[in-house]
Amino acid sequence: MSAPASGAASGPAPSPMGSPREPLPPAVDVAIVGAGIMGLALAYHLARAARGLKIAVLERSYLVSGASGRNGGGLRMQWGDAGNVRLMMESIDECKGLAQALGINLWFRQGGYLFLARSEAGERRLVRNAELHAEVGAPTRLLTAAEAQAIVPQLAVDDVRLASFNPEDGVVFPWPFVWGYASQAVRHGVALRTHTGVARVEPGREGYQLHLSTGETLRARRVVNATGAWSHALNRDLGIHLPNRPHRHEILSSEPLKPFLDPLVVDLGSGLYFSQSTRGELVTGITLRDAPDGSDTALTLHSSLRFLGHISRTLVRLMPIVAGMKVLRQWTGPYDVSPDGDAIVGPSPGHPDFIQVCGFTGHGFMMAPAVGRLLARYMADGTAHPMLARWDPSRFARGASRPREDMIIG
Amino acid sequence: MSERAFVCRCEDVTLTEVEHSLARGLATVEEIKRYTGLGTGPCQGKECVALLCRILIDRGALTAAAAQPFTARPPVEPVTFGSLAAAPDPVGAADEDADA
Repeated sequence: MSAPASGAASGPAPSPMGSPREPLPPAVDVAIVGAGIMGLALAYHLARAARGLKIAVLERSYLVSGASGRNGGGLRMQWGDAGNVRLMMESIDECKGLAQALGINLWFRQGGYLFLARSEAGERRLVRNAELHAEVGAPTRLLTAAEAQAIVPQLAVDDVRLASFNPEDGVVFPWPFVWGYASQAVRHGVALRTHTGVARVEPGREGYQLHLSTGETLRARRVVNATGAWSHALNRDLGIHLPNRPHRHEILSSEPLKPFLDPLVVDLGSGLYFSQSTRGELVTGITLRDAPDGSDTALTLHSSLRFLGHISRTLVRLMPIVAGMKVLRQWTGPYDVSPDGDAIVGPSPGHPDFIQVCGFTGHGFMMAPAVGRLLARYMADGTAHPMLARWDPSRFARGASRPREDMIIG
Repeated sequence: MSERAFVCRCEDVTLTEVEHSLARGLATVEEIKRYTGLGTGPCQGKECVALLCRILIDRGALTAAAAQPFTARPPVEPVTFGSLAAAPDPVGAADEDADA
């Protein structure tokens, strides 16, 4: 994937995007731990919504080093639950003006998402979803196998029973989102410190004391844990027990070809998804059962031949024409899996000023443009978006967690 | 003759773009890869990363002793989906549909 940000670099006076030398004040109103898309989108919106608020963002590595730089960049309204459909309608709407607001090319392209069902159960899911989407106002339509093939002529559709298509779903290039939110957050006064981890957090008289990997300390009235799959360690320091856990997910990209594929295609049965980036590469991942050695629930980011073989066999069956196309590279990112599939966002149990924005179960990137805005609003003036009740981190302790979403892919 | 000097020929990343990255505070190989796309084309950095390191060393952003390429991603060379699909499965991966 290439020159994603060069357009931004040619403008006047490029603004900085944080650095390891960024000065930190001794105390801030809000410290956001984790400079992925969640932490940065929140910082950007919060700095605009509550002017004068002192905000610091701490990133233990470089920007785009975590899951925000490792995902496939898909955004879809086609979910199985009305709350998620509405949220993603907000997020996709936000993306329409975002390149301009952030001053960077996001490579946002609305080519739609095409879901394929090859079983009776899958067919029922698509029918039910299409009814739900019509109620909510998402323009999803059901297609026959032949109609699906008219959108992607290279598809083998012999055993496809039904398809669904939403033309407003799309793909983006993830990296410039992070750069864009980072530079605009800095422009609005946020202190963005990279290459600086939080070694330990402890409750203080007013808020929290963060002990940084550099030996510095930072006092913060409120802390946001935006570290996703890595969030467990910080929570443990405070005795906060939440059930989200990391899961390895692999993905690959191919050599670039001329544009030939409009939508992102998802095969419901195998969990295979593939799209063509604006740069021409095929970007593809698949549901893969955990390896027998337990390595898939550890936070290691190794690549496997097992993935490469499995995805190639599945992809070549569905898109025979790609057999001659070459794989350029594969990599791994962590999902931050919540047991009920819903994110974990809001005040922590027993720690109202320690706020979670975690547990997005592999779909945080697509939700972040909406989540950054709605969480900033909540933190600025208490206005609660309807999803916040459902994402309440205390629901697990209350026994109020229940899975409602069956369109979690990957 | 054009004044433009290319650091990464696969992805058309110029020296000016590397300098823009440095001006924005991005001074490591991993960051510059992700900001400019350098090294993400067909050669996967085999041709350009050494040159980038040299530029960073010349500008005082890196020492020769600390110079490292970015994380190498498999495969070593581009391989077709077809040959990967035909290769024997090393550990008996899950090929059946999970479905629903």
